[in-house]
Amino acid sequence: MKCTEFLNELTNYLDGVIDDRTKSELEDHLAWCHNCYVVCDTTRKTIEIYRNQELYELPDDLRGRLQTAIMSKCTAHKKSGPEKV
Amino acid sequence: MSAIQPNVQQQQPVSEEMELVRRAKRGDDSAFEELVRRYDRNVFRIAQHITQNREDAEDVVQDAFLKAYGNLAQFQEQSKFYTWLVRIAVNEALMRLRRRRPERTVSLDEDVKTEDDSLPREVADWSPNPEQMYNQSELRDILTRTIQGLPPGFRTVFVLRDVEGLSTEETAQALELSIPAVKSRLLRARLQLRERLSRFFQKRQNGGGEKSSGDGDQ
Repeated sequence: MKCTEFLNELTNYLDGVIDDRTKSELEDHLAWCHNCYVVCDTTRKTIEIYRNQELYELPDDLRGRLQTAIMSKCTAHKKSGPEKV
Repeated sequence: MSAIQPNVQQQQPVSEEMELVRRAKRGDDSAFEELVRRYDRNVFRIAQHITQNREDAEDVVQDAFLKAYGNLAQFQEQSKFYTWLVRIAVNEALMRLRRRRPERTVSLDEDVKTEDDSLPREVADWSPNPEQMYNQSELRDILTRTIQGLPPGFRTVFVLRDVEGLSTEETAQALELSIPAVKSRLLRARLQLRERLSRFFQKRQNGGGEKSSGDGDQ
C-alpha cells in the first residue's frame, strides 16, 4: 500500500468503517511508515481536541434569553397564523 | 490504533423524541420548548462555527427554531428531528454568512477543486499532548483561529460530523450532499486542520515559543 492510498482510507479507518482486510493492510502500512503513523495519530488528536474543548458554548444567561424569545415568537406566530413565518 | 468513538451527546432514543415532535405538531408548545432546550446549544455552536459571528449565531438560533416551529407539519419524520433542524440552521447560517461577505461566493461546494491542499507536510508528532501544554484559553484561541481558516464547506462538514457527532449519512442529509462528497470534505477538513495545528504544536515542542504569532492563514 502506498501513502496516498493510506490517506484516502484514513477517514474510514479513524471512523472504524472499513472491512477487516483493508484494516489489516492499513495497519501493515502503519507498522513501517512512520510519517503515515504520525499523520494518523495527529489527525486523531485533532478530532479529539476539537471534540473535548467544545468551542462556542452557549452561556446560561444568553441561553435563557434566547429560549424566552423563541417561545414568545412561536406563540405570536400561532396567534397570527402561518403566513407570518 | 482503535477507531474514534462517535460523540453521542445529542443522541436520544428516536421514538421518545418523535413523540415530542408529534405532541408539538398537535399544538403542545411545552413539547416544542423541550426540543428547543434539547438542541439550542448544538444549533448555537453550529451557527457560530459557520457564521463566525456571535450576533449572527444568536439570530440563527432564533430563526431556525421559529422556522422549524412554523414548518413542523411539513416534517415527514423520515429523518431524526435534529437532522432536519440542523439542515434549517445550516441554511440560515450560510445565508447570513453570504450577507456579511457579499464579495465572496459562499456555498458548500466552494474550494473543492484544489487537490494538494490536504497533503501532509508537517509530520512531526505532537508530544506531550497539546491539552497539557497550553492553558484552556490559549488552546481555545488556537483552535478557534485554526478552524476559522478553513473554507465554510469544509468546516461545516467537520463540525457536524466530528464535533456534533452526526453520522456520515445524517451529515449528508443535513447538507444535501452525497455520502462520497461528505467523506471527501471530511478527510480534507481533518487533514487541513491537522496540518495547521501542527504548526503550533510542533513549534512549541521544539521550543520555538511562537504560539502567539498566528498561523499565517487568517
